[in-house]
Amino acid sequence: MINELFSITVLIGILASGIRLATPYLYAAIGETFSQKSGVLNLGVEGQMLLGCFAAFYVALTTGNLWLGLLAAMIVGALMGLAMAYVTVNLQAQQGISGIGFYLFGLGMSELLFQRLMGTVETVKGFPKVYIPGLSDIPGIGEIFFSQNILVYGAYLLVPLAWFVLNKTTLGLKIRSVGENPDAADSLGVSVARVRYFTIILGGTLSGIAGASLSIALLNVFQQNMTSGLGFIAVALVYFGAWSPLGVLGGALLFSMVNSLQLWIQVLGIPIPSDIAVMMPYILTILVLIATVSRVRAPSALTKPFEREN
Amino acid sequence: MKKFAWILTFVLALSLIVSACGTPAATEAPVVEEAPAAEVTEAPVAATEPPAAPAEPFRVAVVMPSAINDLAFSQSMYDALMRIQEEMGGPEAFEIVYSENMFVVDDAAAALRDYASQGYDLVIGHGSQYGTSLQEIAPDFPETSFAWGTTAETFGQPNIFAYEAASQEGGYVNGVLAASLSTSKVIGIVGPIEVGDAKLYVDGFKAGVAATDPSITVNVNYIGSFSDVALASEAASTHLSAGADVLTGTAQMVVGAIGKAEESNALWFGTQSNQTSLAPSIVVASQVYHWEVALREMLTLIGEGTLGGQSFKADLANGGEVIEFNPDYTLSDDVKALADSTIQGIVDGSITITLP
Amino acid sequence: MRSRLSSLFDALLPVLATLAALAVGAVMLLFLKVNPIEAYAALWDGAFGSTNALAETLVKATPLLLVALGICISFRGDVINIGGEGQMIIGAVLATWVGLTFTTLPGWLVITLAMLAGFLGGAVWGGIPGMLKAYFNVNEILSTVMMNAIAVQLMNFLLRGPMIDPSQAELASKIPQTARLLDEFHLARLAPTRLHLGALIAVVLAILVYILLWRTTLGYRIRAVGQNPNASRYAGIKVPRYVVMALLLSGAFAGLAGAVQVYGVNYRMITDGSSSGFTGSAGFNGIVAALFGQLHPLWSIPASILFGALLVGANTMQRAVQVPSALITVLNGLVVVFVVSSEIWRHRRQRRRLAAAKEDESPSKQNQPQVQTGEAK
Repeated sequence: MINELFSITVLIGILASGIRLATPYLYAAIGETFSQKSGVLNLGVEGQMLLGCFAAFYVALTTGNLWLGLLAAMIVGALMGLAMAYVTVNLQAQQGISGIGFYLFGLGMSELLFQRLMGTVETVKGFPKVYIPGLSDIPGIGEIFFSQNILVYGAYLLVPLAWFVLNKTTLGLKIRSVGENPDAADSLGVSVARVRYFTIILGGTLSGIAGASLSIALLNVFQQNMTSGLGFIAVALVYFGAWSPLGVLGGALLFSMVNSLQLWIQVLGIPIPSDIAVMMPYILTILVLIATVSRVRAPSALTKPFEREN
Repeated sequence: MKKFAWILTFVLALSLIVSACGTPAATEAPVVEEAPAAEVTEAPVAATEPPAAPAEPFRVAVVMPSAINDLAFSQSMYDALMRIQEEMGGPEAFEIVYSENMFVVDDAAAALRDYASQGYDLVIGHGSQYGTSLQEIAPDFPETSFAWGTTAETFGQPNIFAYEAASQEGGYVNGVLAASLSTSKVIGIVGPIEVGDAKLYVDGFKAGVAATDPSITVNVNYIGSFSDVALASEAASTHLSAGADVLTGTAQMVVGAIGKAEESNALWFGTQSNQTSLAPSIVVASQVYHWEVALREMLTLIGEGTLGGQSFKADLANGGEVIEFNPDYTLSDDVKALADSTIQGIVDGSITITLP
Repeated sequence: MRSRLSSLFDALLPVLATLAALAVGAVMLLFLKVNPIEAYAALWDGAFGSTNALAETLVKATPLLLVALGICISFRGDVINIGGEGQMIIGAVLATWVGLTFTTLPGWLVITLAMLAGFLGGAVWGGIPGMLKAYFNVNEILSTVMMNAIAVQLMNFLLRGPMIDPSQAELASKIPQTARLLDEFHLARLAPTRLHLGALIAVVLAILVYILLWRTTLGYRIRAVGQNPNASRYAGIKVPRYVVMALLLSGAFAGLAGAVQVYGVNYRMITDGSSSGFTGSAGFNGIVAALFGQLHPLWSIPASILFGALLVGANTMQRAVQVPSALITVLNGLVVVFVVSSEIWRHRRQRRRLAAAKEDESPSKQNQPQVQTGEAK
């Protein structure tokens, strides 16, 4: 049975599954990377995802237009980001806890709207698989990497884009300086508030897209609490990735691949109790992080509200 | 800061004024009558009326672990109560209140006790995790009838009913059908956690497949959650990659699995609720729980003064479980005949299902 | 006189913020065509309206207080512990195991051992992230989020397998629950309510935690490390050790909360398999309660009671006016956001008071009679 695990079909299956599963984690975690790089911890990602998830689904269902749905998710995510930004920057609230409050708000609101506006579980025709002529036909690799829907491609294109912005642009420099030393940044004329507003709203928008990727691309359905903790894992992955988009990519892939691996373990009948199998991605994430002991420090101003010294 | 405080007070005052002028007490939940909210103090327990005489409505309260529209466990009870309400003439004769998403046992216990103390005639704890709480609560309310499921245990209490679904029966039938329809000889099952109703269904399904065609490989995946739709969908993908062309599953997160099945044109068998609407082209049949069968008996007994002490089974024989076929999916005649004979066999006892 | 009032205002700030959140909730209730006055009357009644209601509030508040005490310790050490859910589960598992194994020992002994086991279980589950942070630079948010999920699966595995109620193992229904604890092992209850001894234990521990944090070396060091790890290092305090301590103690209290829930409320460990079916999110709600109490162990007592009242009352409200349970979740979220946002006024007022006091001492005071605020601090 174990040797079956290493057959080509299974390996391709695991990789393809992993790539798909990683998509929402990528959107949400990259968004959170921006926030944290500027010094803000947003634990409310899950709430933003759920509301974005519902908004995308409902709008797509009623208008028949998937792109409008995606737009709705982005707007909803951005609005929640705006609220979080106000609470974090202007009201300087405790970031970890305000995040939990936004999570509860998003969770409850998405359920409430679902009950009031829809009432029953329905499906929608989501973003279809996009086949790239030539690339999709490569045996194995084609199936894994080049037979996904557009939001999946988007998530992976986001990684180098985010890396570029954070490391090669002035904006990225501003973000990083605000996160490391907001006082110095402030004295150099960088508006800490403005930068943080930007990163938090960006994070919210990306969380909204993450939610949309679930409801109108990957799963094509909406159900209450369907993210089931995804947003929190995404936040954890930012730490795993040491605040680098590439690290986050690694974390998302690791987590998702191991998740699809454990699904295969169960399907192949390898005698591991189902609960133990389900634990695997979580345990492995910690183990890998221990093994790759890194000395990377968090952005120094992370979770600390900024106030100009008079 | 001062400005904010003023805005706050203003908003507060405004909402209070608006609400005072607004129409009082009209809850909007579809077809469900609002509980008399004015009496929050302990109302004298209403004398149980026989359901036929609607001078005073028969009042039912139900506590459920998930949402009423989860297209699975909780919805099955909600739908059943709605059907009974319609039978009895509407909310004036049969009043229903509910608390959903009560997956925290502690909160559910408080809810059950609260409904009982408000004098509801029948208080239902629709979830196997509620039994231990009912065991404590029921003795304090001898005039109230309690019911819980899915189980057969009444704790020897005179006012506790128990109900369970023989979900392995429908599982067996689904399994037989699945085995007949599978061409690749690989079938996949997506489940939440290996407990309770889910386990019963899955075990029954596997038995049905084995009885029909032992050469078929049945792969099972318990994903460890009732709500992780994404993982359920990937579990289905895994099954499909492993060659399955027929899938089944239980609990509310399977909506993700059904979607994946549809993409690959694999067939789907559902349970707990009718899942045809999710994928009309590939859903073959669903085992639907018709709890009304058990509920009707309970209501009659309550009318006669027996508040508990009995357990009910919803199974194929008494119509508590019904295999609802998808009218848009045409089954060949011999498969249909096989289905009917299997159902008949279970009903008359000629087929016995052996569970591990 | 004015200082008394403003201290009162500061203390009541969370309450005022809660009212503001409820006001927003009132608007939502109107949209749902529910009378907010009726709804909130039901909320009040459900939390305080009768002896039973009050008892239920206290029962709900007990695990919140215990978790909050742990949070007070960890936050003071500048460590964020969002692993309360998992720590509570592991503590409960260990405590239940004690009660199910040592059935021949006297009740008081088993209860004591079980509470210690809960403490120990949570300590281990909190200590692991602590060590990972201190010695491997693994961020505690990551490790605790992962360990929460692992704990839930472990609980499912144990409760439907090795620790399952023997009577359940026979039945087809296989409810994931353990056997019921023997009657002698139950925490005493104030009949006919559900109020149990755990509440008293929690209050006593609150006092002990206060003493720990402000009157012992250990507490001093934890606080020092939390406020200024570099200075502490120079002062000779082994920073990593106290980081571990902060998380370990925090986890221990959450574990104790789990043990108390098992021995005081349900007399068995039972779950539905979901991530918060057993804990009721006390691991997260306890964090909120700690914040309401300004991260001070003694203030956490009224804070937990108030938050517990809100949770209990909200559920009663749901039943009375039949609003969707989702609205209760939204309200919960609004309350948290509003309370956490209101802190800024406390800080601003404190700073204004400090600034005013400084001005009082300055020699130019005679030239500015308006500076007189009458506040001594």
